[in-house]
Amino acid sequence: MGTYLFYFLIYPGFLFAAVIGAFLSWFDRKITAGVQFRKGPPLLQPFYDFFKLLLVKETILPARGAKGLFLAAPIFAVFGATMAGVFILLPLMNITTGFQGDLIVIFYLLTIPSLSYVMGALASGNPLAAVGGSREMKLIMSYELTFLLVMAGVIIKSGQSINLYQIIQVQQAGTPFIGSLSGVLLFIVAIFCLQAKLAMVPFDMPEAETEICGGIFIEYSGTPYAMIKLSKYMSLFILPAFIVAILMKGFTLEGINILWAVLKLVAVVLLLTLIRNTNPRVKIKQAIRFFFIWMNLLAVIAIVLAIFGL
Amino acid sequence: MSFKSYCFKKSLWLFHFGGASCNNCDIEILDCLTPKYDVERFGMVLVGSVRHADVLLVNGSINKKDKPRLLEIYEQASKPVVVVAIGACGCTGGIFAEGNTFAGPVDKIIPVDAYIPGCPPKPEAILAGIVKLLGKI
Ligand code: SF4
Repeated sequence: MGTYLFYFLIYPGFLFAAVIGAFLSWFDRKITAGVQFRKGPPLLQPFYDFFKLLLVKETILPARGAKGLFLAAPIFAVFGATMAGVFILLPLMNITTGFQGDLIVIFYLLTIPSLSYVMGALASGNPLAAVGGSREMKLIMSYELTFLLVMAGVIIKSGQSINLYQIIQVQQAGTPFIGSLSGVLLFIVAIFCLQAKLAMVPFDMPEAETEICGGIFIEYSGTPYAMIKLSKYMSLFILPAFIVAILMKGFTLEGINILWAVLKLVAVVLLLTLIRNTNPRVKIKQAIRFFFIWMNLLAVIAIVLAIFGL
Repeated sequence: MSFKSYCFKKSLWLFHFGGASCNNCDIEILDCLTPKYDVERFGMVLVGSVRHADVLLVNGSINKKDKPRLLEIYEQASKPVVVVAIGACGCTGGIFAEGNTFAGPVDKIIPVDAYIPGCPPKPEAILAGIVKLLGKI
């Protein structure tokens, strides 16, 4: 029991994921600043933001809205991100071997943060939040199938294994999946799914600051908003870590390999940041079409190639 | 200085309220976000919703239509929130002060923490004002 609590709360769960995620969020902002020829925020900026929201700011509840659900939604989001983080990071950090079928559990847990943002937005009773919530729902529906296809491709490549630890083992015994043609296609599709899951710029229409003023988060302030920030930091760590696990051989945490692991993670985040900085926001209709037609097509081609062992 | 106020000082999020201005101050405020001045160095970002704001930048003269809106915005902000009046119009009313529709400079309507005069104030002046404000909090 004690070990499980330790796994959940400290390493590799809540605390670890939050701290690494906060640093990655700083990295994302710094690279963004670099792309725009700015200097960018200081290293501890995500922590200042979080503690300011948590400790200093007042929490305002919407007058017309479901207050309980409004407050519960950020907690669900943090919980979902933490659980997904634990199940991804335990096999990835080589701590335990996970269990049979944990890939499916992770898939569902990764949806919880986005779903709870939608719940919170709809509970707040704000029309702009409702617009954002409906966009987020459509976005979830469009990328979720694609993400499932990516996982199907990975399962086929790993020889019908639905255990994350075995998938990593298969790659460490042979070559990483990204080293083949179908692996590259799966990686491209997965990166775009991540972009949508993290609501980064080509797919940030649920938040769309210039259009609907923060959208789904418009009514959040103070502590609940700090929770939302926290779940975003954690997602920024666990989703790239998941991609590293299923396609890029996972981590080996000994000696010089630690540096290699960090580089892999940072490279994925860097790619996400560069995509976010070089693309304009698309309309929700375009995003749905992009995922339903093009990304699904690419994923299906990758699966067919994987069946033929390419 | 306590940990709380240190964090607050390090992460001020800005919300821009443009009253009935001649639109020049708005542009100077946006200048502060450009690569040359880059207020994100100080942890400041422009936010879209006033619920997230720590600093309310008010510029332009406040006329009769703006007044209830400014009050509403101020009440909707989660406290503590710092109000900065920018430009001659924000501080005193400037060239609009004797107009028919003028409803008082910003500090008659909501409490103001810092004044940045100028018509329009240079981005350097806005930054200087903000740095002074950081010392005050
Ligand atoms: S202070 Fe001057 S520049 Fe600024 S809004 Fe007023 S008239 Fe325009």
